[in-house]
Amino acid sequence: MPLLTQQIQDEDDQYSLVASLDNVRNLSTILKAIHFREHATCFATKNGIKVTVENAKCVQANAFIQAGIFQEFKVQEESVTFRINLTVLLDCLSIFGSSPMPGTLTALRMCYQGYGYPLMLFLEEGGVVTVCKINTQEPEETLDFDFCSTNVINKIILQSEGLREAFSELDMTSEVLQITMSPDKPYFRLSTFGNAGSSHLDYPKDSDLMEAFHCNQTQVNRYKISLLKPSTKALVLSCKVSIRTDNRGFLSLQYMIRNEDGQICFVEYYCCPDEEVPESES
Amino acid sequence: MRFRAKIVDGACLNHFTRISNMIAKLAKTCTLRISPDKLNFILCDKLANGGVSMWCELEQENFFNEFQMEGVSAENNEIYLELTSENLSRALKTAQNARALKIKLTNKHFPCLTVSVELLSMSSSSRIVTHDIPIKVIPRKLWKDLQEPVVPDPDVSIYLPVLKTMKSVVEKMKNISNHLVIEANLDGELNLKIETELVCVTTHFKDLGNPPLASESTHQDRNVEHMAEVHIDIRKLLQFLAGQQVNPTKALCKDVGRSWSADCDTHDQLARDMAEEAAQNIPGDQERCLQAACCLSFGGELSVSTDKSWGLHLCSCSPPGGGLWVGKALGKEAWPP
Repeated sequence: MPLLTQQIQDEDDQYSLVASLDNVRNLSTILKAIHFREHATCFATKNGIKVTVENAKCVQANAFIQAGIFQEFKVQEESVTFRINLTVLLDCLSIFGSSPMPGTLTALRMCYQGYGYPLMLFLEEGGVVTVCKINTQEPEETLDFDFCSTNVINKIILQSEGLREAFSELDMTSEVLQITMSPDKPYFRLSTFGNAGSSHLDYPKDSDLMEAFHCNQTQVNRYKISLLKPSTKALVLSCKVSIRTDNRGFLSLQYMIRNEDGQICFVEYYCCPDEEVPESES
Repeated sequence: MRFRAKIVDGACLNHFTRISNMIAKLAKTCTLRISPDKLNFILCDKLANGGVSMWCELEQENFFNEFQMEGVSAENNEIYLELTSENLSRALKTAQNARALKIKLTNKHFPCLTVSVELLSMSSSSRIVTHDIPIKVIPRKLWKDLQEPVVPDPDVSIYLPVLKTMKSVVEKMKNISNHLVIEANLDGELNLKIETELVCVTTHFKDLGNPPLASESTHQDRNVEHMAEVHIDIRKLLQFLAGQQVNPTKALCKDVGRSWSADCDTHDQLARDMAEEAAQNIPGDQERCLQAACCLSFGGELSVSTDKSWGLHLCSCSPPGGGLWVGKALGKEAWPP
């Protein structure tokens, strides 16, 4: 082995996580999709990195960046976990600007030595190098929503464009977003109850936007609109979205996001229902 | 006290508008100094507070087709005015594609700088838009505070990287920290550093090149890799960078033998021509400016010189044909703050 490679090898051995990426935007865009709180917890295994953000113990967003997205990806331990300030991480990742000049890519090398050590980022664009040392924090326990595919009652896969407008124009004076999923009419309905009155948006079952429709039972659930609104960030980036509810009324939104190199990544939102829907209104 | 001036040439008008825009971005109020052969825009924030100061010089004959002035007295043939910089830039907004621009000193109940713009119209009669900008005449006893700053010999002077990259990096750093450390050496290396409890970020630029130093001898025994550093307020630096009219090309002039020649790092023919022309036109007095600023750069390119006792000086020179010299000093912050 040539001496230089040997040296790099030795250096790499001291890190429990090493990941390199030719285009940093493949990572930063996905992370932006879950950036609705300051802090995030990162879990790395040999399969890739999962970044989790939570709010109010009611909503959780997970971004999955699988190992294949990276040009180099090494995890020395079974799993590596740390908590990090996501705002700072994103500022560092986009230090050379979030909309790069055409033809220039920012390359990234990310290293983490282990518990108590900072996360090191080496970014390079056009011969200019930025080194970031972000202090990591004690990982916090994340929520387990116990959302199991066997308990899923209703499932709809939509092309994201169908939901994009609806979500960006949600009546924010309404406290809740009510989602109705049913094998019969109205099939899939989004309702808000705001100061200016109620609004209902129905999606017919045979719409072109509807990729899959598997509803077994009528379910009407309400979710805090303030908790769901941040998912718009992921929606905007995604091409398809899968909407599922389980027997407890928990909501899962899975967004399929295609990055600049055509690879697919997933971002997932879980949200617990707001309250029991009063009989009279359902 | 009398002053009237007229610009007819479109390019000059454009250049003048750009300068006023730049100044409006830098500060709310500025001082305009009018003397028989020069116009100066002066900003004088107190350096002790880490403020931005600026000395911008326009050779009147490079801009104006007519220029008449009469100062306060024969021996002090100058006028100093204070004006709101945005008012001027707003008044000049209408001057795009104008046929002519007239500026004069008037007294309409209160002292004004009257900017009248002659616009083209479809019919033969032209339209004239007039702006009266209220001003304050600065009395003689305060002139001494508004003299050309002395730029001391720098420890290090270096060309800045592509402005867009630099701006983007500094902008992101501003989100994280209020203070920035700039380091540079005579080997063409420049580092931007921030350090907080959460994160340390360092951006390394290399191969930037150093302008020829004015006093070569004092630096001969210096280690070229030695980093000179200065601590500054990020917002002030950003304010300064934002004021620059971004020009993505880079052109350097190098001292070859006894004459100046152009060495362009650009494929843009226009920039190349400008550089060639600039190199030929550098007269003796221009050299004084350049030496004082310790940089020769134009077309939006900047130079930083760092000096321990004075803080950071950022200077940019536009093509000498344009007759503009902007030198800015950002005061050094007391460190730790």
